[in-house]
Amino acid sequence: MSTRTDDTTAREHPIAPFIRMERMPHIWCPTCGIGTVVKCYATALADSGVDLDKACVVSGIGCTGRVAGYMRLDGFHSTHGRAIPFATGLKLGRPELLVTVFSGDGDLVGIGGNHFIHAARRNMDLLVVLVNNFIYGMTGGQNAPTTPLTAHSSTMPFGNFERPFSLPHLAASCGASYVARWTCLQVRQLTWAFAEAIGRKGFRFIEVIAPCSTLYARLNKLGSGLDLMRFYHDNVEIRNGADTREVDIGYQEKIVCGKFRDEERPTYLELMHEHYRKTLGDRYVPMPPEGGLIRGED
Amino acid sequence: MERTEIRITGFGGQGVVLIGYIIGRAWSVHAGGHATMIQSFGPEARGSACSATLALSDREVLYPYVRRTDILVAMSSEGCEKYVGELKDGGLLIHESDLVAPAVRPGQRACGVPSTRIAEALGRRLVQNIVMLGFFAGVTRLVPLEAMREAVRLSVPAGTEELNLKAFDQGLAHAETAASAPSLEGVKP
Amino acid sequence: MKADPRGVLTGTHYLDGDFACGEGAMAAGCRFVAGYPITPSTEVVERIGRRFPMMGGTFIQMEDELASMAAVVGASWSGTKCMTVTSGPGFSLMMENIGLAAMMETPCVVVNVQRAGPSTGLPTMVGQADMMQARWGSHGDYALIAVCPRSPQEAFDLTIHAFNLSERYRVPVLVMMDECVGHMTEKVVIPPAAEIEVVPRRLTARPPAEFLPYQTNGSLVPEFARAGDGFRFHTTGLTHDERGYPVMTPECQAKSVRRLLDKIRLNAGEIARVEEEDTGGADVVVVSYGITSRVARLGVGLARERGVKVGTLRLVVAWPFPEARIRELAARVKAFVVPEINMGQMVLEVERCAAGKAAVVSVPHAGGNVHDPEAICQAILGAAR
Repeated sequence: MSTRTDDTTAREHPIAPFIRMERMPHIWCPTCGIGTVVKCYATALADSGVDLDKACVVSGIGCTGRVAGYMRLDGFHSTHGRAIPFATGLKLGRPELLVTVFSGDGDLVGIGGNHFIHAARRNMDLLVVLVNNFIYGMTGGQNAPTTPLTAHSSTMPFGNFERPFSLPHLAASCGASYVARWTCLQVRQLTWAFAEAIGRKGFRFIEVIAPCSTLYARLNKLGSGLDLMRFYHDNVEIRNGADTREVDIGYQEKIVCGKFRDEERPTYLELMHEHYRKTLGDRYVPMPPEGGLIRGED
Repeated sequence: MERTEIRITGFGGQGVVLIGYIIGRAWSVHAGGHATMIQSFGPEARGSACSATLALSDREVLYPYVRRTDILVAMSSEGCEKYVGELKDGGLLIHESDLVAPAVRPGQRACGVPSTRIAEALGRRLVQNIVMLGFFAGVTRLVPLEAMREAVRLSVPAGTEELNLKAFDQGLAHAETAASAPSLEGVKP
Repeated sequence: MKADPRGVLTGTHYLDGDFACGEGAMAAGCRFVAGYPITPSTEVVERIGRRFPMMGGTFIQMEDELASMAAVVGASWSGTKCMTVTSGPGFSLMMENIGLAAMMETPCVVVNVQRAGPSTGLPTMVGQADMMQARWGSHGDYALIAVCPRSPQEAFDLTIHAFNLSERYRVPVLVMMDECVGHMTEKVVIPPAAEIEVVPRRLTARPPAEFLPYQTNGSLVPEFARAGDGFRFHTTGLTHDERGYPVMTPECQAKSVRRLLDKIRLNAGEIARVEEEDTGGADVVVVSYGITSRVARLGVGLARERGVKVGTLRLVVAWPFPEARIRELAARVKAFVVPEINMGQMVLEVERCAAGKAAVVSVPHAGGNVHDPEAICQAILGAAR
C-alpha cells in the first residue's frame, strides 16, 4: 500500500506543465472550485493542440483573478474589472494570440459589466471564462451581481433583495457567439466545452458555477464545499440548447446547465477586415497577425 | 505684415472655417508668414452662427485669439450682429451683400459681394465661400494672390479644384470693379 | 532607428494641434489606439481613424476611458506601440490603468487635451488645471513623464518624443496639451521619415529560460518580452519580484517602488527639458508652459519696455520637474513669476525648489481663456520691485 502511495506522489500531476509549480501552494481555500476549472481548461488546452506560446490568460482582481498568475502561459493580472478591455488590446495588438479571460462574477459583470456587454456586442475574439461563486470571495463575502435572491452575504446580512443577473442570458442577448454554463462538478462536460470554445471564434462565454465554502456556504449555512458539490449533483439539470431566458438561478434551486448557444457569427476582426477591404480596396493594410511591433533591426 | 486680426462668420454649412483655413494656409505655408486660426467650437458651432478667427503676422503669433478685429467677413446677418462690435475703429466689414445689411460705425468701411448669387450662377451654390474668399483676397490684398490660389487648390476636395479656382477668380473680379473696393488704408497700422 | 515611412505624412501642412498630435503618433510608429470621444481631444483619434487602415494600425472606440486605458496597456504587451487620447473627465477615469501601466512598466502614451474643470467644466474652452493630476492622479507612489506642447508643430514633435521616452523608460508618458493648442491651426512641417528618430521596443535578447521580466541587471529599466514569443512570463499590478510574481512584503514593496521612482528621478537630468531666454542677467524669470508660454512672452515684452530685466523659462517637459535648474536660478534671481491656466499648480513646484531664496509669484487664471498679457506684465513689475 505504501509503495502505491509513493508511486502516485512521485508522478508529476498531469497538468503540472501548465502550472507555475514554484508558486504552489495556491491561495485558494480547500474545496474551492477554481482549481478544478483550471484543470479542465489546461486539459482542454493540451488536447486542442494549440501553440501554447501564443496562448495568453488575462485576469482581473479576485480569487479567480489569480488564475493568470498560476498558469504557465503569458499571464496578465490586470486591474479590477478591466480584464476584458486589457485582453481586447492584447488581441488587437497581436491578432494571432489566443486570448482567454479568466475572472470572477464580481470582476467581470460587477465592476466590469460595461466592458462585458460591449465585448459581447462586438463579438470580440476572446474566450471569457467566468467562475461564478455567487459572492465576493477575496474581499470577504459581500453581495455580488450574481447573488441569488434571499441568499445572505456580508453586505446583505438579512438576505439579498436585489435581482441577480442571469449571465448566459446577458451574454447571449449582447451577441456572444458561444454561451455555455456548467458547474465544476461536470468536469468532462466542462473540459469539452473549453475544447470546443477554443476551436471557435468571437466572444465565447463559459460560466462555471463553483463552490465558495469559506464565505458563500458559511454565510448561508450550506455546509462545506463538498455539500455544495452534492447540491450540484442533485440539482443540476442539463438542457443543451435551452432558451437563455429560462436559465435564471434561484437560491438553492435547480441549476440549468448546458451549451445554450453555438453559432458562427462574424467576429470583430473579421468584420473589420471585410469592411475595410470593401471600402478601401487595395489601400487597406491590415495589422499583421504577429502585431504592429516595429523592430529595431529592420 | 503687422499683426492683422480677422474674423469670418456665417451660418453652419457656408464653409466659414474653410475660408479661414485657406487664408491661414496661404499666408503661412505658401507665403512664408505666420498664421494662427481658431475655429469656434461647442454648441454654437453645431448650430447657426459659426465663426473662425485668424491672426496673421510676419512674426510668430503669440496671442492666439482676436480682440479688436481688423477685418470682419460676415456671411450671415446673425453672425454680423454678433461680432461687428469687436471690429476696431477704421476696421473693414466684408459681407455677403444679399444676406447682410452692413451696419458699421462711422470711420469703419464696408464692402459687399453677392457671393451666393455668383456661386449659383457657377452652378454650385456650395462654392459661395470661395467666391467670398476671392473677394476678400481682392479687396484686402493682404496675402499674395498666387499663395491664395495654391491654398485653394490644395484645400478643396479633389476633382473640384477647377470650379473652386473659377469661383475664387469671380470673387476677385468683383473686388476689382472699383465701386465695391474701398482702400485698405487706415485699416492697418 | 528611423521612422516607418508609412506613418509619416512628410510635407508642410496647415494643421490643428490635435491633428498634428495624431500625425506625431503615427510617425512615431504608434499602431494601436483605443479611445472614447471627448471634446476637445476627439480630433486626434478622428485623424488616426482615417489614416490607420492604410498603415497596418488598429483604432477601436472603446465603451469608456477605463476601457480605453486598459486596452492600451494590454496592447502594449503585444509589442505594438499604442496611445489613448482624452480630456479632463476621461483623464480622471484613466488614472486607474495609468497606475497599472506604471506598475507593470508598460510603454504607452496618453494625450490629455486640457479643458477647464473641475468636473464637466468648460468642455470647449482652455484649461491647464490637470498638471498635478498628471503627476499624482493615480494612487500610490510612481513616477512618469509629461510633456507640454506650445503649438501644433510641437504637438507633432513632442508626441514623437513622448513615444521615444516611453520606450526608453517603460513608463506612461503624458502629452499635456491644452484646448487652445489642440484647436489652433498653424503651419506644421513634417520631415521625411529618414529624419525622424524613433526608439523601438527594447526586446530582450535572452532565451526564455534565462529571462526574468523585471530583472534589471544593474540598469533601472528591465528588458521587455512581449506576449506570444514563448517567454510564458507573468506580470501583475500587485507588488512583484523580478519574476513578475506577487510578493506581499514590505521589503519587496520598498525595492519595487524605489526603482519605479528612481528610473525617472535618477534620469531626470536627461529627461527634463526647458527652454530659456535671457535668464542670464535676469532679475525676474517667468516660468510657464503650453499656450501660456506664448502669451507670457507678450507680458515679458511689456515689462521689458518698462525697464525690467526679465527672462523666460518654458517647461517643455513638466514632469519630472526641472528641480536642479530652478534651484540654480533661485540663487541668483529676485523672483519667479508663474502664470498658468489654473489656480496655482506648477507654481508649487517652483516654490518648493526656490526654497525661499527667491520670491515666487503666482498668476492664476481659472480657465476658459488665456491670460491678459498685461496681467502677466503687472505681476512681473510687482515682483521686480
